[in-house]
Amino acid sequence: MSELKLMKGNEALAEAAIRCGADAYFGYPITPQTEVIEYLMTEQPEKRTGMVVLQAESELAAINMVYGAASTGKRVMTSSSSPGISLKLEGISYLAGAELPAVIVNVVRGGPGLGTIQPSQADYFQSVKGGGHGDYKLYVLAPSSVQEMSDFVEDAFDIAFKYRAPVLILSDGLIGQMMEKVYLKEQKERMSNEELIEKYGSWATTGKKGRERNIITSLDLQSEKMEARVHRLMKKYEQMEKEDLRYEKILCDDAEYLIVAYGSSARISQKAVELAREKGIKVGLLRPITLFPFPKKQLFELANQVKGILSVELNMGQMVEDVRLSVEFKVPVEHFGRTGGIIHTPEEILEALEQKIIK
Amino acid sequence: MDVLDIIKPENQVFCKTKLMTDTPLSYCPGCGHGTAHNLTMEVIDEMGIAEDTIGVAPVGCSVLAYDFMNIDMTQAAHGRAPAVATAISRCWPEKYVFTYQGDGDLAAIGTAETIHACNRGENIVIIFVNNGIYGMTGGQMAPTTLEGMKSSTSPYGREIATMGSPLKITELIANLPGVYYVTRQAVHTHKHARKAKKAIRKAFENIKLKKGISFVEIVSNCNSGWKMTPNDANVWMEENMFPYFQLGDIKVDGKLK
Repeated sequence: MSELKLMKGNEALAEAAIRCGADAYFGYPITPQTEVIEYLMTEQPEKRTGMVVLQAESELAAINMVYGAASTGKRVMTSSSSPGISLKLEGISYLAGAELPAVIVNVVRGGPGLGTIQPSQADYFQSVKGGGHGDYKLYVLAPSSVQEMSDFVEDAFDIAFKYRAPVLILSDGLIGQMMEKVYLKEQKERMSNEELIEKYGSWATTGKKGRERNIITSLDLQSEKMEARVHRLMKKYEQMEKEDLRYEKILCDDAEYLIVAYGSSARISQKAVELAREKGIKVGLLRPITLFPFPKKQLFELANQVKGILSVELNMGQMVEDVRLSVEFKVPVEHFGRTGGIIHTPEEILEALEQKIIK
Repeated sequence: MDVLDIIKPENQVFCKTKLMTDTPLSYCPGCGHGTAHNLTMEVIDEMGIAEDTIGVAPVGCSVLAYDFMNIDMTQAAHGRAPAVATAISRCWPEKYVFTYQGDGDLAAIGTAETIHACNRGENIVIIFVNNGIYGMTGGQMAPTTLEGMKSSTSPYGREIATMGSPLKITELIANLPGVYYVTRQAVHTHKHARKAKKAIRKAFENIKLKKGISFVEIVSNCNSGWKMTPNDANVWMEENMFPYFQLGDIKVDGKLK
């Protein structure tokens, strides 16, 4: 039985982590995601499920605690917001290089620099183009509701362990802070150490009982070995594109114009689509749920049908580049966005669509 | 007695621990790392805890410690080994978790992780090899480089006015309540190595007793980085390093000496 509650996005995410049987959370306070660690500290999941929760001395320490727990096969999560994620990127690159499963949450705020504590989607490039050093990608899930903040935690762990790779939940200050009703899943039991060793004993550093030793590292001083490692990573990303792409099409069947938007922008754009249709303009919405993998093929196909595409983002034009690459210049693609913590209104989006695309 | 008789297992009085692999050490001849590795592995072997031990390797000369230590090991980002070890120990409280770090890793880039893991009293062992220089990158100034000591980034000698004093991080962390055992040892002679091994043994025994942090500093040489012969480096270490980094116990059973 699921449980219906009214919760903030950040709290729903924290509760979902406990309920899906996560083993550990390591974090550091930063607005607008601090409710995650506050909620966990208050809930005392150590008593509920045995889940370890620890406030680290910095984002650097937190992500490296994640690395430590992940290297032993534990289901481990951390969360932060933009400046904190920048600090975590070194560790995220190590997680990718050492092929470790982990869930990282970015409740994005405006930047660059210390920026603002208001919502933003200006970390799109950082999230989908690598971010940290080296040849790697992150599987990126973009929730657009409190319900998805909750549901995506378990999904993220499943993907992380399917591929032995770090997964990013890319939220923002709007989804993190707003309250909505949310159906919480039933409590799942945490995996026992015995089961963990049986499942992940081929690679996890749990102590070499009854087997050869395991080593977790991202270092290969021989170039041939390092190249082979990177090729192995690329194979995973290819498989993600084939098997784990997620997107949502809203009113696309008869659409003459298309809006592409994710996360909170998609929520607001949905209203803009309604306003447009009230005026007799047939607009559809493509919402990428995964930002990597990106719905390239779907956009390419929609470009045969629509006359123009507007990429709506809370930034100065980041995802629009991927939309353009996907449609291969078959139709005009424009960007509309607000930044600095300002949220666009449905009316503004419709106006931008009319001015930039419909003309 | 024939050589073949001597090497029969029943006649052996000493042999390499099976917890050291046969991979040739990547350390320079005369370097203390090999002995420090060996002593750590001997202790783990003698305690019979190899299957329950997880080591965390640093960045620096001993980044490849996992090639030589025949146990489960995780290689951490530069300076973050205490954070990595914290999580492993919290998730697996019944395991023996240790970090093996150099002075650049532990006392410069990883200062925050070192101090906070110590302050939380994590139930781990930290083995800290201090040779007063960055060896891996070719002999740059470390936080523990002595006053006047030349390195490639202090070519005219460490100047206190502009570069600060050599950091006694071991004394610093000894003052934290979460820290149970702190000692400073050396491994360049048999006598010193035997004492260091006892200290490492005590540190790992403390994990079993869930006492919090045990911190074993090993003052060591870096003949390549110091640009000396191995023997000269050891003499220089005794004459210059030991007066500043004095050997002996600093905190025992939670009490400062």
